[in-house]
Formats: sequence, structure tokens, C-alpha cells
Amino acid sequence: MNSPQQKTVNPTTQKIRAGLKKRYAAERRFQLYGMAGISIAVIALLILFVTIGSKGYTAFVQTHVELEVFFDEQIIDPSGERKMKELSRANYAGVVKASLRARFPEVKNRRDKRQLYGLISTGAAFDLREMVMTDPSIIGTTRTIKLIASDDVDMLIKGHINRDTEESARPIKDKQIAWIDQLEEAGAVSMPFNERLFSRGDSREPELAGIWGAIVGSFYTMLVTLALSFPLGVAAAIYLEEFAHKSKLAALIEVNINNLAAVPSIVFGLLGLAVFLNFFQMPRSAPLVGGVVLALMTFPTIIIAGRAALKSVPPSIREAAAGLGASRTQVVFHHVLPLAMPGILTGTIIGMARAVGETAPLLMIGMVAFIVDIPQGVTDPASVLPVQVYLWADAPERAFVERTSATTMVLLGFLIAMNAAAVMLRKKFERRW
Amino acid sequence: MFAFQENKEEAKVTQAAQAQEAEVIPVPEEPTIENKVVADKVTVHYSGAQALFDIDLEIPERRVTSLIGPSGCGKSTFLRCINRMNDTIEGCEVGGTIMMDGDNINGNDIDVVELRARVGMVFQKPNPFPKSIYDNVAYGPRIHGLASDNTELDEIVHRSLEKAGLWNEVKDRLLEPGTGLSGGQQQRLCIARAIAVSPEVILMDEPCSALDPIATAKIEELIDEIRENFTIVIVTHSMQQAARVSQYTAFFHLGKLVEKGTTEKIFTEPDDQRTQDYITGRFG
Repeated sequence: MNSPQQKTVNPTTQKIRAGLKKRYAAERRFQLYGMAGISIAVIALLILFVTIGSKGYTAFVQTHVELEVFFDEQIIDPSGERKMKELSRANYAGVVKASLRARFPEVKNRRDKRQLYGLISTGAAFDLREMVMTDPSIIGTTRTIKLIASDDVDMLIKGHINRDTEESARPIKDKQIAWIDQLEEAGAVSMPFNERLFSRGDSREPELAGIWGAIVGSFYTMLVTLALSFPLGVAAAIYLEEFAHKSKLAALIEVNINNLAAVPSIVFGLLGLAVFLNFFQMPRSAPLVGGVVLALMTFPTIIIAGRAALKSVPPSIREAAAGLGASRTQVVFHHVLPLAMPGILTGTIIGMARAVGETAPLLMIGMVAFIVDIPQGVTDPASVLPVQVYLWADAPERAFVERTSATTMVLLGFLIAMNAAAVMLRKKFERRW
Repeated sequence: MFAFQENKEEAKVTQAAQAQEAEVIPVPEEPTIENKVVADKVTVHYSGAQALFDIDLEIPERRVTSLIGPSGCGKSTFLRCINRMNDTIEGCEVGGTIMMDGDNINGNDIDVVELRARVGMVFQKPNPFPKSIYDNVAYGPRIHGLASDNTELDEIVHRSLEKAGLWNEVKDRLLEPGTGLSGGQQQRLCIARAIAVSPEVILMDEPCSALDPIATAKIEELIDEIRENFTIVIVTHSMQQAARVSQYTAFFHLGKLVEKGTTEKIFTEPDDQRTQDYITGRFG
């Protein structure tokens, strides 16, 4: 650096030069810290997505076994009158069993037969009933039908059950494996998209269980949460920011709103249990109560985001409107609120994204129950996606493991979509003045 | 700095020349002018700190009155008293009386919304609403219900933009956002917005400080044109501007009104040494 020509520079410049190296080093160091932090975050996210994805992707397909099904009039409708009541009550499980026996005529032993029947899910009988109910003319005919396999078969085909383990330690027996191999060789085993996962409620049988009930439950819960927390939160934010006088009381309220936002969610659950269920006698396990509890949790977030958004509207807009003779309410509703809306909406979406992934308070108000039916309204018992994850993560069946991951993926999908919407909203309406 | 001072001297010389002319022709209108706003012992405290001390000032009707003085001297604070804009500032207390057409606008019985409809304001930084040009101008008439139907509203918008000298520039893009205009156009839009409510008084708080000389010249022309219909009070940092646009001038210093009078008198033979120093550019 110190070439002879540069000796003439004045002392101040020399001092600056001496410090420059250090300053640049500090800058590079800081950038490095930042990059390290971001890398760790990205790696953690990748690990999360890869583990969940690799465990869960198989749940989106379901093993089916193709069988010749003879719709035996003797079993389905012995009277031959085609009465809907009779048809709906008939022994369709018997039809399934008969087709299995027809496929494997060599199985005679009673115990072997039971093992054979175990290949096909009990849900197959319901599928057959549905077919007959929609079109009774198929009675007496033979059709090739893809029947849903039991969860053990599904797991074996997907490779989650190791064939080399001892027979007694494995849920699927040697004979069953032999039959499955036979079916597979004949090309009778297929893996179509798992429609049930997205159209059914919970079930004790993993292959029949779906998350539609939880999705609908989550939807109703969020509807209640949004309907309560958004207007209340925005109104409170507007009042505190635009109308309330700056006093000790206002400061106290502000501190408490921040406290409310920081209260552990399980405490809101306890509050819901004590107040809404025990005192107001509201229905248990209902999205209504879940929504109210989550609204309590979300609304301080909306107030805080709303106040920040209102504060960021430049005072010149307020002055311009006030200078024209707009009343305070007109200033707020004609000018300030529309400009603050993107910020408020962003805060709301982030609050809702937090609420949609919330489990703890819902456990307290009974939304953790085993609910098969799809909820039809906000007062029906329901479950929500995160609680469904919690329930299935607890289940012993191997097939629930992949369904847990699949549900998590769906939940994460919703969260990513919501957060992306928030970011887009912010980008689109950023600084219009 | 030197150039600035020279300009001052020039302004003074022209003013002096005009004053000499005025001596030949006696000012005919002087006695008939009525005072639109009369401030009596106006004081302002910001959270305890006094910003204005006993201001007594008369603002003549249908004339331009300029308030000059160094930064922080309270001229903007006084201006904002006239439409009670200081109400919006937390901890601001206004004392004394400001009479407008016989009513004390500091009184409790005055309706602030009505007052602000009668006293329009144009701000330092052009602040059009982030809405269309049309909506910017139509906003005031809309909230006050000044137009009975859309044709009438169109007429008000047209007239206001025309008066503000903006009509020809924006007539083809009335529905485009007002924020898309240039700085000078935005300020004229703000003036049009203020005019649209047909106020009696228009307050201008350094309306040209964010504008280039050409845009400034346009605004000054505009002020000269509209002064026949409105009482205008303008705060300015530019001595030349005060000399060019106003008929009356008040000089503020450290929260006190040092001197008031016709612009000619203030700029040619001020009574107070501080006024003399300020207008010649010795401080400020």
C-alpha cells in the first residue's frame, strides 16, 4: 500500500486508510454470520420437509386388489324384491369373502380363511353396498372390481413391513404374503390415488381414515375465529390508535394487550373449558368453541399489527383530510383505514396461520375426540388438522405413521399458502403514497 | 449566501421603486378593507413549552397576508391556529381569542368541522390522497354534501381545477391517481382540492418549499389570481415570495410578533431592527 508516491497524502487520509482494513473485515464477518444463520434455517427447513415428505408421500396412494366379484342375489337380496331397505342391510362382507374364496379355492381351513379375508379392508363391503344402491341392476352379474386392501397389505406393498422378520413379530403372516405375491404376479394389485384421504373423516382402520373431516373442522373453526377476531381486533386497533387519549389507562391497556398476545395457548384452552363449556354450556368438541378460543388468541395479534399499520399511514394524509373538514371518523374510514388495510390483512393472515396450527387449547375443549362424521356446521363435533396429526401420531398402526406425515404436509401447505398470500398482499400494496 | 443577499437587495430596490410609485398614486382601497380574522393575545403551549406569546394580528379580507420569520419562530403554529389544526397535536394548548366574522374560533361552541370547511389549508409538502385526481377534488364537496348530483359535482371539480390552473393539464386523465402528477401539479391539485369546498380563508403553509422555481412561479401566479375571492394567509421562507404575492406581511421572531404592516412598509422601512436584519438576510 505505502508506495513512495502515496507518502504525500495528508495525515487524516492516512488514519482513515489504516482503519479501512479493519472496517471491511468487520463487514465481511457480519455478512458471514448472517449467511450462517440463514443456512442453518434453510437446512432445518429442508430436513423438516424431507423427513415429512419422504415419510408421508406414500399415503397419497392406496393399495387396491382387483377381484372378480359376483353380486350373488342369494346373499344380497334373497327375497328378490329389490327393496332399498333390504339392499342396504345385506351382508356385503359375505360377497367380498365369497370372491376371495373364489380367487383362492385351495384355502379350506377355517383359520386360513380368516387370514385370507384379512387381505381386504372391511371398507370394501361399504363400497360394494354403494355400488348396489346406486345401480341395483348389477345384482346377479360378475364384475372385476378394485377392492381396497387392508392396511397391513398396504404397508407390505409399500415396503414398510420387512418380510425377513419372524412371522410372529409381523402383523402379516407367511401365507398372506404368499397370496399377495400371487395376486401381484397376476397384476391384480394396483395403487391408485388415495381419494379416501381427502373425502372421509377419521376411522379406526388406517386405510379408511381421511382428513376431510379435519379440514372441514379447521375451516369452520377458522371461520368463527376470523368472524370474531378481525372486526374486534380492527375496531380495537382503530380506537386505541386514532381516538383514545394518551393516558395512563391507555398505556395500561396497551401493556395488557401485549401480555394477552404472549399468554401460552393452553391457558386460553383452560379459559375456554371453564367459561364457554362449563359456564355457558356451549357444545363440546365444536368448532364454535374452538373458534372463540382461537379468536381470543388471535385478536391481540391483529390489534398489534393493526396499530402498527395505522401508525405507518403518513400524517400528511390525515392532515389533508382534516384540513378539508372531514370529521375524525371520516378521516379514519375514508383515508387512514384503506391505506392501513394491507398491513392489517397481513397481520390477520399471520395471526390466522398461527391459529390454524394451534393444538393445545383445542385439546382442552374436547376437539381431540375421535370423530368420524364430517361436521355440517359450527356446532357439530369436529376435529382440526393439527389435532388430527396429534391423534394419528399416537396411533399404534404402522399405516397411521405415513398418514400423520401426509396430514402434516397438507397443514404445512395451508400455512405456506396463507403466508405467501400475506407476503403478496404486502408487496402489492406497499407504499402507495 | 452572497447571491442570496444580493437578491434580497434587488427585491428591496424593486419594492422601494414600487413604493415610490405608490406615493404618487395614493392607495385608494386601504380604508375600506375589512379584517377577516382578528387574533387577540393568542398563545400556544406545546406540552408546557410556550411557542407563541400574545400574538395580536389582523388578517384583511380578500388580501394575501404573508407570515415570515426564521425557522421555529411560530408562524406555522399561528397559521394552524386559524383552522384549529393544532387540536390534532397531543399536548397543544391554545389561548387567547381569534375572531372570524365575529365568532371566536377558539371558543367551545365552534364546530371544528364547519370551521375547517370555511378555512381551507394547503400544506408544505403536496399531499394528494392516493386516489384519482377527480376524487381528490371531489372529496371535500362530497363529505359536505355541496353537490346535489353528479353533474353538479363534475362542475365543481371542473371549476376548481380550472381556478387552480390545472384543468388543461389533467382534463384527459381525471381518473388517474393524483400521486402520479409532478410535485408542482400535485400542489396545484391540493389548492384545487381546497378551493372546491369554497372556503372563505385559505391557509398556505410554505406551499412552494418543495417545488422548483418554475412550479413556484405558477403557484404564485395562481395565488395572485385567486386572491380576489379568498382571504389568503401564506407562511413563507422566501422573502421574494412574500414581497411578490402578499399585500400584508407579519414578521415573527422567537414566538413573538415583531412587526406587522403592508408588505411595502415591512420591506422598505421596517420599524424594528430585527425585521430589517431578517429581510436583508443578516440572520434567519
